[in-house]
Amino acid sequence: MPFYRSHVLVCVDPECLAKGAHEVVDALQDELVAQGLLDEIQVLETSRIGSCSDGPEMMVYPEGVHYVGMTADDVPFLVEEHFLKGRIVEKFREIHKAVVDEELGPLRPKEVRVVLRNCGEIDPMNIEEYLAVDGYQALGKVIGEMTPEQVIEEVTKSGLRGRGGAGFPAGRKWGLTRQVPGDIKYMVCNADEGDPGAFMNRRVLEGDPHSVIEGMIIGAYAVGASYGYIYCRAEYPLAVETLNVAIAQAREFGFLGNNILGADFNFDLEVRVGAGAFVCGEETALMASIMGQRGEPRPRPPFPSVKGVWGKPSNNNNVETYANVPQIILKGADWYASMGTERSKGTKTFAVGGNVAKPGLIEVPMGITLREIIFDVAGGIKDGKQFKAVQTGGPMGGCLTAEHLDLPLDYEALTQAGSMMGSGGLVVMDETSCMVDIARFFMDFTQAESCGKCTPCRVGTRRILELLQKICDGKGERGDIEKLEDLCHEVAKNSLCGLGQGAPNPVLSTLKHFRHEYEAHVYEKKCPAKVCRNLIHFEIEKACTGCMVCARNCPVEAISGERRQIHLIDVNKCIRCGICMQVCNFNAVSVLS
Amino acid sequence: MYAPAVEREIQEVVQEAIEKHGCRRDAFIPILSEINHALGHIPAEAIREVKAQINHEGNFVSQGQLYELASFYDMLSTQPRGRHVIKFCENAPCHVVGGKAIWDALRETLDLENGATTPDKKWTLVTTSCIGLCSVGPVLLVDDDMYGNVTVEQLPEILGHYE
Repeated sequence: MPFYRSHVLVCVDPECLAKGAHEVVDALQDELVAQGLLDEIQVLETSRIGSCSDGPEMMVYPEGVHYVGMTADDVPFLVEEHFLKGRIVEKFREIHKAVVDEELGPLRPKEVRVVLRNCGEIDPMNIEEYLAVDGYQALGKVIGEMTPEQVIEEVTKSGLRGRGGAGFPAGRKWGLTRQVPGDIKYMVCNADEGDPGAFMNRRVLEGDPHSVIEGMIIGAYAVGASYGYIYCRAEYPLAVETLNVAIAQAREFGFLGNNILGADFNFDLEVRVGAGAFVCGEETALMASIMGQRGEPRPRPPFPSVKGVWGKPSNNNNVETYANVPQIILKGADWYASMGTERSKGTKTFAVGGNVAKPGLIEVPMGITLREIIFDVAGGIKDGKQFKAVQTGGPMGGCLTAEHLDLPLDYEALTQAGSMMGSGGLVVMDETSCMVDIARFFMDFTQAESCGKCTPCRVGTRRILELLQKICDGKGERGDIEKLEDLCHEVAKNSLCGLGQGAPNPVLSTLKHFRHEYEAHVYEKKCPAKVCRNLIHFEIEKACTGCMVCARNCPVEAISGERRQIHLIDVNKCIRCGICMQVCNFNAVSVLS
Repeated sequence: MYAPAVEREIQEVVQEAIEKHGCRRDAFIPILSEINHALGHIPAEAIREVKAQINHEGNFVSQGQLYELASFYDMLSTQPRGRHVIKFCENAPCHVVGGKAIWDALRETLDLENGATTPDKKWTLVTTSCIGLCSVGPVLLVDDDMYGNVTVEQLPEILGHYE
């Protein structure tokens, strides 16, 4: 058998063939002959290597370099560089960079798109494309035919409620801000979408910024504001860029500035970029940050509609709320109110993540059930596993279980079940998630994001986290669960803002629905989901072929054994990282608790 | 690379940031963000320089007011960082799709705790707030480069791209 120093695997899947894989193989053979490398390098045809979207693709071993996107004409260069000179050709190298649009595909079953209707359909960098889909017509209608009071009336009638999570009726908020006397009023858009797993607003800002801007201008007309701020988090650089382009274009077309559409109405707008503070999603903290201060909340009242940015009446809504407004004006309040439940109207966007088959962004009518969202829209649980829980409402929301799957999507119904609507993150968990670990995890987040101003939140969240950590570490004692429960109620009751008030929700909801898991950790020192490191151990079973892959990959050299013999894990050395389980090709490593 | 030799550079960076954003109170966060981006962190000299230049313009600010901002916001660092900053998303959506294994492997490979920098000043490892790329989790950023659907096996290759 000849010995080759290198093997080249070329993908010949239909996608790659369509992009000229055969030609590449032929060119490769010719070039190897020409360079006299034919008995050093072997070319093999294989099936799928990567995504094939950038094909043709090839893998070169032993280096394990993944090349994509070359044509037959590139082959001589590639051969010369890689096989003669030994240099990796960066130009064709596949780097695992994100991000293809896995977020927002075609309309899924049961979806209704109002807020997301233009995302992916129009070029967000070009205002003319927005104009072509009836953009700024709602503004024209408002300025030409409606008084500010009529606008507020229409939005109120539609039943639109704050999409940032609290669900305050948008029309009523506008009315309140309008009533407060004052020459200068501000419009504020909360684009500080910080809930982990929630990226609905990012998508709207990146895909359809003008609908948000138009909604804000209409709102400004209604409440009598002359200036506006969009507070966007710095983690969304593309959204910031898109907004800035959109605002400049809106100004150029006369939708922002003085005498908008010829009326006696002036309004302009700027983007304010955050600097990484979750609590700035809270409205008073957000306004403090706009004014160049630490983003710390303050007690309300006074509410921002009375005293907001620079001490002036300010109307604050979130991205999704504003993006709904132009459609409500154009199609009418009755159309909007025809969707949803009695008290929750219209649609809601969700970012579905976690262990579902089809994660991503969806928009569904209010009143749909969690079951429909998870199983019909998001394709059910991944890899045929069992549904265990769903976290709604972000880190301050709660975990709901199978018994809540038929709950209609509605602000009040979710709150009643111990969770909340929140901004729209949905993290779905299967049987492999440990609920104590999940609670610890959310607490770790809120504890770190507590701004430190009020004691119940600053100290309380830390103590809750310590207790959870203790339980996850297998050091839980009798009484800890009750202590945890008491502490959670105190923190919820006494904290200054929504962050501290909501922080205990993941713990309280998991205590309510998965108390047995806490008890298993504390009393039996077992983690039923086999997640918590100190409560599990790994074992290698008979299926082991002695290939030594696990032993080579073990970071602490805890695995011993001869080739072709069943290997053994030294539990004293093992750090329970689980790498052996991941790299084993024979499923011979199992985890026990 | 953070020796006093760069003081002149600090002065220029601060000047540029102030020219771009002005020196009103609501410009302080953008100014500090700009400095952080240019220098990798906000050294004490830069805070003194911002104060000096803003006060020179007749808008008064104290070092304490600037420091309280620099220490509050996660994206601003008052500590020097490595040449490359790895920002790992350790939030729930990434966590439940295998993020924990990646995070553990990163810490073990680089021998770093969260927020620490390697002795050779090459890497700083931090967790980041959710960057909203949850549909391709687990996600990590190296400087401004995004990597999605990351696996433990890919880590050496990803890190290998950086000098």
